[in-house]
Amino acid sequence: MADLASYVIRKMLLAIPIILLATLIVFLMLYLTPGDPITALAPPHASVEELDAIRDKYGLNDPPYVQYGLFLWRLVHGDLGISIGAATRNLDVSGLIVQRLPRTLELMGIGLGMSYSLGIPLGVFSALRHNTLGDRSVMVFTLLAYAMPSFWLGILLMLLFAVELGWLPIEGTTGGFGSIILPAMTLGLGNAALTTRMMRSSMLEVIRQDYITQLRSRGLPEKEIIYRHALKNAILPVITVIGLDIGWFIGGSVVVETVFQWPGIGMLITTSISNSDFPVVQGCILVLAFFVIAGNLFADILYAYVDPRVRLG
Amino acid sequence: MSARKPVLEIRGLRTQFFLREGIVTALDGIDLTIYENESVGIVGETGCGKSMTAYSILRLVPHPGRITAGSIKYKGIELTTLDLDRMRSVRGTEISMIFQDASTALDPVFTVGSQLDEVISLHQGIYEKVALEKKVVEALELVRIAAPKEVMEMYPHELSGGMKQRVMIALALSCSPSMLIADEPTTALDVTIQGQILKLLKALVAKTGSSMMLITHNLGIVAETCDRICVMYAGRIVEDAETFELFEHPRHPYTAGLLTAFPKLGEKKDELSVIKGTVPDLMNPFKGCPFVDRCGKAMDVCSKHRPSRVEISRGHYVSCHLWSGGEPSDG
Repeated sequence: MADLASYVIRKMLLAIPIILLATLIVFLMLYLTPGDPITALAPPHASVEELDAIRDKYGLNDPPYVQYGLFLWRLVHGDLGISIGAATRNLDVSGLIVQRLPRTLELMGIGLGMSYSLGIPLGVFSALRHNTLGDRSVMVFTLLAYAMPSFWLGILLMLLFAVELGWLPIEGTTGGFGSIILPAMTLGLGNAALTTRMMRSSMLEVIRQDYITQLRSRGLPEKEIIYRHALKNAILPVITVIGLDIGWFIGGSVVVETVFQWPGIGMLITTSISNSDFPVVQGCILVLAFFVIAGNLFADILYAYVDPRVRLG
Repeated sequence: MSARKPVLEIRGLRTQFFLREGIVTALDGIDLTIYENESVGIVGETGCGKSMTAYSILRLVPHPGRITAGSIKYKGIELTTLDLDRMRSVRGTEISMIFQDASTALDPVFTVGSQLDEVISLHQGIYEKVALEKKVVEALELVRIAAPKEVMEMYPHELSGGMKQRVMIALALSCSPSMLIADEPTTALDVTIQGQILKLLKALVAKTGSSMMLITHNLGIVAETCDRICVMYAGRIVEDAETFELFEHPRHPYTAGLLTAFPKLGEKKDELSVIKGTVPDLMNPFKGCPFVDRCGKAMDVCSKHRPSRVEISRGHYVSCHLWSGGEPSDG
């Protein structure tokens, strides 16, 4: 286990430059995106001098490296700046994010949970019944689920479960746990399809390996061979992509939260973009980038935990 | 000789693969008896059915293959029709197998110790931690692993090729089987390690009193290790004799060819001898002898009738028309 500890420390140290790079990119967004946030702050028909005074106030006339340094300095103190959007003017960005973040994490957590708890068993089922009707039906389902864009799938689910059947609330968060089911399903179904396919092909490969025949030749029960040995080997590729899945879910949450009026970070981003509220957009993207990095780190560690061969590299 | 008790009796074993392109007959009427304390070598070129014989005995023939005819009796129990639960209790405890490449035949994500634990607790009903560990250490010591406690904690990728094969042998012998099948146990190893592993196998088989079926394409290995040799060609056993007898008097043209193709120490040759031609396509059933196209002594009858198995001297069997006088086989 000593090798595992050193592996974890190495991976964590490697994450630091990646986080720095993320902050730099987020900082540069201000320069790279069209539109000037100052015009949103200034009164209409403001003179050039007035605009310059506002720029001075926000430190926008300092050289870029000074601005970046200050940005980092504030960041390590948890200060993401203040909002300049019309509805949230002068509110702390970090406060806004802290308010919204649990909603997004909840949605992503349940979405990820759904996609793995559906995808892994379905993939195993398919592989063990290779080329039968059951396997083929699962494959058709995954193709459909993966091909549907999430905004469209979301609307279809809404129509079926909220409008036609009336089982679940149509949008928002007022319905308690019931209101998270549809957005989480919309978010998770595509990934469940992907996980099913990965799990299936990985399992098909593993059950043809010599060590599976070797275990059979020892007289071990088939259940133990499949669920203890084959599953642990076959799940490795699925674990490697958990980090990527989290990134994919964050992208998806922007769309899904907008469709379902789910008050998370994704919706905060869409409203802030339309309000030219740069500090909020920056803050949100930074936080999401941090979660992608943390997710990848988690996946790397989990992978090394399950597969001892990884720890050497 | 006849007083010895047979452990394994195979009669007319046929294993076929049902592919979309047609039926491949991998084994076509194997007759083989292995006695107590006996080491039998199965020799032949790649694809002749050596490994398939082993898989058939353990009923591990991969899909879409299956045993279609014949019988395999282990100590009088018919294995081909045994129900799966009882077959599982034969595997590992009665008949055990060593695989060719230990680096692919050990589960990469479990430690050596836990893989041994699993087999020992399953077959010997030992679940208590200390007792189990003692058994595992014993199994590793048996295959002369110097630091069993350390090796137990290791994963297969942390071991050298020779060590992995030792672990494989420990796994195979952990429940003292009466019959050990070694499928090319040294092919994946370099020459010096090959020697060590063979010596170890030979010593262990002698010590535990089990019978061994050693599958190889290396004649040198069987000469050193086995009491008797079966030569296989295209899914059939073409010749079967005591080791010394076979090397001295090879009767089947294929065996003779194999022996000439094997370079001898101190002999000077500009070119290595080869058997001309290639192995026949097992998808097309052949009426006569499968070796006919490559045989220098082929006669008319060879392509028409299958040669029967005749005992030409004590314990020396051959399936060839040169020796059966051109009589068609009854099988």
